[in-house]
Parts: sequence; C-alpha cells; structure tokens
Amino acid sequence: MIKRTFIGLAKPRLEYDVIDETLPAPVKVPKSKKVTLLSYGPWDPNCVVNVKNGDKVKTGQKIALNTGNDVVSPVTGTVSSVSEFTDGKGQKRAAVSIDVADVEEIDENFASFTKGQDFNQVKLYLAYAPGKPEFSIFSDADKPIKTVVICGADSDLMLVTRQYVLKSGIEDIKQGIKMLKKITGVQNVIMAVPQHLSQTAASTGAQVKVIDAQYPAANPFMICKDILGQVVPAGKSCEDIGVHMMSAEAVASIGKAFSLGKVPSEKIVTVIRKDETKALVSVTIGTPVKDVLKAVNVIANEGDRIVFGGPFTGTAAYSEDQPIEADADALIVQDSDDIPLVSDYPCINCGECVRACPVNIPVNMLVRLLENAMYEEAQNQYDLDSCIECGLCSYVCVARMPIFQYIRLAKHELARMNTVEATND
Amino acid sequence: MTNRKKFIVSHAPFWHDGSQISARSYHMMIAALPAVLFGLIQYGVPALAVLAFSVATAMLWELVMNYLMKRPVSIGDGNAALIGLLLGMMVPATTPWWAILMGTFVAILLGKHVYGGIGGNPFNPVLIALAVLMLSWADLFDFAEAYRNYEFDFAMVYPIAMLKYYGVSAISSFDTGALMMGKQIGGIGATFGLGLIIGGIYLIIRGIIRWEIAISFLVGVFVTALLFNMADSAKYAGPMFHLFAGYTLIGAFFLATEDSSSPVNFIPMLIYGAGAGIMTVLIRNIGVFVDGVVFAILLMNLVSPLLDKIRPKAIGKVA
Ligand code: SF4
Ligand code: SF4
Repeated sequence: MIKRTFIGLAKPRLEYDVIDETLPAPVKVPKSKKVTLLSYGPWDPNCVVNVKNGDKVKTGQKIALNTGNDVVSPVTGTVSSVSEFTDGKGQKRAAVSIDVADVEEIDENFASFTKGQDFNQVKLYLAYAPGKPEFSIFSDADKPIKTVVICGADSDLMLVTRQYVLKSGIEDIKQGIKMLKKITGVQNVIMAVPQHLSQTAASTGAQVKVIDAQYPAANPFMICKDILGQVVPAGKSCEDIGVHMMSAEAVASIGKAFSLGKVPSEKIVTVIRKDETKALVSVTIGTPVKDVLKAVNVIANEGDRIVFGGPFTGTAAYSEDQPIEADADALIVQDSDDIPLVSDYPCINCGECVRACPVNIPVNMLVRLLENAMYEEAQNQYDLDSCIECGLCSYVCVARMPIFQYIRLAKHELARMNTVEATND
Repeated sequence: MTNRKKFIVSHAPFWHDGSQISARSYHMMIAALPAVLFGLIQYGVPALAVLAFSVATAMLWELVMNYLMKRPVSIGDGNAALIGLLLGMMVPATTPWWAILMGTFVAILLGKHVYGGIGGNPFNPVLIALAVLMLSWADLFDFAEAYRNYEFDFAMVYPIAMLKYYGVSAISSFDTGALMMGKQIGGIGATFGLGLIIGGIYLIIRGIIRWEIAISFLVGVFVTALLFNMADSAKYAGPMFHLFAGYTLIGAFFLATEDSSSPVNFIPMLIYGAGAGIMTVLIRNIGVFVDGVVFAILLMNLVSPLLDKIRPKAIGKVA
C-alpha cells in the first residue's frame, strides 16, 4: 500500500507498475475439477438453455442461456448446474458449472465460422475470450465507433497483465488488429501504451500513443482527453464520442482465435500476495479463486480480503469459489491487518479530495449531498456525472469517508430512477 | 459452494494513504510546541496551568457533548484538545480559571457541537470563544494589566495596544528582531514569532494547513500595513510590526487555516487569506479593537462558503 509521504504538499504520486524486463513466465494454474462460467447479462429464471444438467460440452462450445447472454465453455466436461449467482456488485447473473473431464475435445463450430468468415457468429464466441473483446458496441447505429484504442497499459496500480500480453503476444496482437479492422470495419486503431512498450507496440504497424506513468492516466476517460484530445462530456461514455477501448489481451485473443481456429481460454492474471509481491499466472477462465491462490502458495484466511482487479477500481470477492472471469486482470489478497477501514466521521473540509480529483469535482461539497441521499442535487450542482471513478478521493480522505462508494451508489440510484421514470411515461 | 470462509467484502478503493484526523490534530499540536514551550519558559507555572486547564476542559466539554448528543466518543481525534490548546495560547498566563472554563465551553458547544460536531462548524471554534470572552470581559485581554506581577527585560506593555492608544512613537522600543524572538507580552503562545513561523512551515510542508491561506493572510497584512504606513508613517506602524505583533502569526498559521471554516479551492483560499489579512490591519488601524485578527478571520469565515463557489469547471461539464 502506498502511504502518504512526509511532504504532503504535492498530490499523491501513484505510478503504474512496469513489468520486469526479463518477462517471467506465468505460473500455469493446473486445470480445476470444476469451472464456473458467469453470464454477462442478468439472470433470467426462464432462460433458454440448450444444455441440461448432465449434458456433455466440448471445449469452445457455446452454451446459449438466452439472447446475448451466452457463455463459451473453456473446458470439456459435464454440465452440473445452471443457477442464479449474485456478483460483487449485487447483479444477479447466471452461473453454469461444469465438471471437467480428463480428455479434452474441441468443438469445431468456431473454426468453421472463422473459415467461412461468418463474423456475426465469430463475435458471439469471442465475447467470452480472455480480455473480453466486446463487439456488440459496434452494431449500435446511434453510436458509430470511429476509433478503437487498444490499451497496453494496465487499468490499475500494481497490475502487469496487459503489459505482459503485449510484450509476449505481439504477433497475436498484430493479427488481432487485422481481424478487428475486418470484423468491425473501423480503420482507426490506436495503441495506447506505457513509454517502455512504445517500441514493441510500434512493430504492429498501428499508430502508437504513450500513456503517462501516473495514475489515473490509463483510465478510459483520461485516455480520451489526454491522448485523443476529446473530452467525454459529463454523464456520457467513451462510446458516445465514437471511441471504444479494448485491452491488449482482448485483441490478442482475437488474433489467436483466428490463427488457431479456436476460442482461447487461458487468461493472464496478476496475483498480488499479502506482502505485495506479484506473480503472473495463466489460468483457464472459470477456475475458482482458491485454485489460483493454491498455485502461487497464497493462503487466504477468514477476515482477509480478496479483490478482483486493482486496488483502486477492483471488486471484493466474498468467496474463494468465485471464478476468474474473462476480464479479471488481477487478484489481490489483503491480510486482515492491512485492510484500511472506513469511518463514520463527517467531512472535515480538509480539501485533500479536491486536490486529488483529476477532473476538478468539488468532492467536499458533493459528499455532503451524497451522504444525505440528495442525488439529483449532487448531479446538478456538484458535477457528480463528471466523475471518472478513479477512487482517488476515497484514497486520500482524512476522515476516511467511503466517498467512492457514495458516488457509485448515487450513480446507480439515479440510473434506477431514470428507468422507473421511463417506464412510467 | 460449500467452503465458507468469511472474507471482508467492501468497496474500492482498497488502499488508503494512511492519513487520519487524529494525526492532523496531533501534528498541529506538535507544530505549536515551539511557541508553547517559549510561553511556558517566559510565564512559568501559571502558563502551564492555563494551557493544561484549557486542554483538559475542552476535552471534558467534548465528552459531555458526546454524551448529551448520544454520539460516539470523539476526544480521540484530538480536535477538542487542539481547540483547547489554541485557546490557551491566545490568552494571558494569568487568565482566571472560570474564564477558561467558559471559553472552552463556548468553543466546544457554540463553536462546534451546535453545528453537528467536527467539520460542521462555519466559524473557527477558538475564535468564537475568544470573541465571546473579548466582548464579555475585555479586561481579561488587557495584557499589561495581566502581567503586572512579572518583570522582564523589555517594555511590559502590549505592543499593539500601545500603538492603538499612543501612536507609532510609543512602540519605537520594539524592533522586528525583538518581536520575532518573543520580547513582547501577549498570549501565552502567541508572542514567539520565530516559533510560530517554524511551526507554520512544518504544517505547510506536511500539507496539513493550506499554504495559500497562511501566505495570503501574511501578504494581506503586509501590503495593507505598508499602504497605511506610506500614507502616514507617524500615525500608522510599518508592516513588519504588524506581522510580528499581536495575534498575526498564530492567526495566519493556526487559526485562519482551520479546515471547516475556510475555503478549499485555490482562488477562494487566496481571497480568503488576503481578505482576513487586510481586515486585520483595517481593524487595528481604524477600528475600535486593539487587535483585528479574531474578528477579521471570523468575518472571512462568514463569506468562506460563498468564496468557495469560485471553482474550476469540472472536466467534461457541459455549459
Ligand atoms: S472518484 Fe473521486 S477523485 Fe476520482 S474522479 Fe470521481 S470524484 Fe474525482
Ligand atoms: S478528503 Fe474527506 S474530509 Fe477532506 S474534504 Fe474531502 S471528503 Fe472532506
């Protein structure tokens, strides 16, 4: 954990980690006996399932849950259950559990689609590949995507996943970019990478831009502003201004899928141990957390905290049985003694958050309204919608208020209120 | 999913920079130490008694308020102790116990808890208490009278009171160096200029107070005093005198910078500090009170929320 320095005048200097020159080979996590696949879409009790308990599935076979909510099995085995699952953000999703068989069989459908250049089918399969390449966004006629930014910098501190993939899989990325252009028709592809990877990135032939080393420069909104010179208006997304971000791993997956004729299923994850040492692992999507931790000799005890993603933007897991998902770049285990607790103190108006906020939000005022559930006022008067969700305000808050949590809750509540209004109209 | 170890499930960010309110309070107290120690050496046991009683009663009132308001006990955050210490630093070493008890009561109750406790106060609690004491028992702040039983090797008069009533000629014995080294009478912890400056620099470097406020306050005092002095140097003292006499330095570093009652945005902080500095000299030179610091800062506390409306536009904000 990075602490405040003695000299507190400057803004906190939080720099992204740089991957070692020597490129450690990732630890391969042995295949689990059972994997769990989580749907991206919401759980629907009546969802149409084209498999039933006891059915055999092959590696790379698509399991249709309902429209747009499919999963692709990364293993060969037997379906043992399809059930409801509530994730760390409180969303209800479908969970498909598969008992893994000893002998792997490959489903050939995907290969035939790639050969036949049936990109519509290919897209559906790829959505479950490592890095989670998303294609649905390209078919939204209201938001034409003009630029794809391939992010080779990691999304949060401590992580080296994307950097590793970029460094070790540059050929896949090259192929991925080619296919990406073909599938989506978007020609403007930019690689945004940390300084030390700009040479590597340049060998793909794509246009390369360098991301600053200081957090939160790799935040999508910051990339739009600093690298593309396009500020995303408050309350809008990058897609609204025609920009879509893809991680280096997602693009590598696309490339690999075409060259191998199968959907890749091994994901690179940075595991951060309790003592903050790191290990890169290569793990099959759907593997439960406990198997990953076992592979790198980490023991999580009662009262510890397990986080999917980085220290600033991740989500806490509530069970070691939760699976690694396609976009989980990191797994952090924090010892119970190292967990900073939030307090119920009010804001003391010290101004630290205001100085830390990269988008000039008057957080000290905002938080006063959010505490009292005055969400609309917060949106109208104190720029709630400009927040890029970097978490810096909570990180520096002297009163240790859960500011970031208030912000996300407020955005969630406002979105819910809007849907209710829309349905009432 | 059978194996059920319980993990902590909480919300991002999962890191914290380690800062906390209590650390802030204690650093303020550490920064005040040079000035406090000097006061203790100068005025001896009575000063120690005043400071100890002030800190103790402030914490006691805080505890009483916690109890009455059915809130968690908050003396651990050091804020009450800091209020007590600062109040003690502003009064003479001979202040009677009842005045201190009254002062800390007003500071904690009227200054802080009526607004909901820490962070809610629109005014600096210490200054509220001082203002009430000054208006109710003005004699308490007649420093020359208060220290009549002391004997020092410098003029036993309160410099800015002398200036007010007898003009510039009366303060000729106070040169800047002497004032800075605390060769003047005044509040227990308010006279040792060098000590206060050292403490202030410490707080600025640690990022505990906002330098914008402290510095602009001093600049405000300096420039205003200079203008008056240039207009009529026989009537109005020079800027260096105003910087080192009375409550100027403790005001700049320890009072104007109080978190809750001061702005947090850059330009508002500058206006706020400069405004308080200018008002200080205006009150001293043409107002009725001997020292302007208390009322000048309180006045700026009043406009602080308005000033803070001047802020940079959030990035991405349309219109
Ligand atoms: S999370 Fe906090 S610091 Fe980051 S953009 Fe939002 S308000 Fe600003
Ligand atoms: S950092 Fe926390 S206590 Fe300080 S102004 Fe911001 S919200 Fe208030």
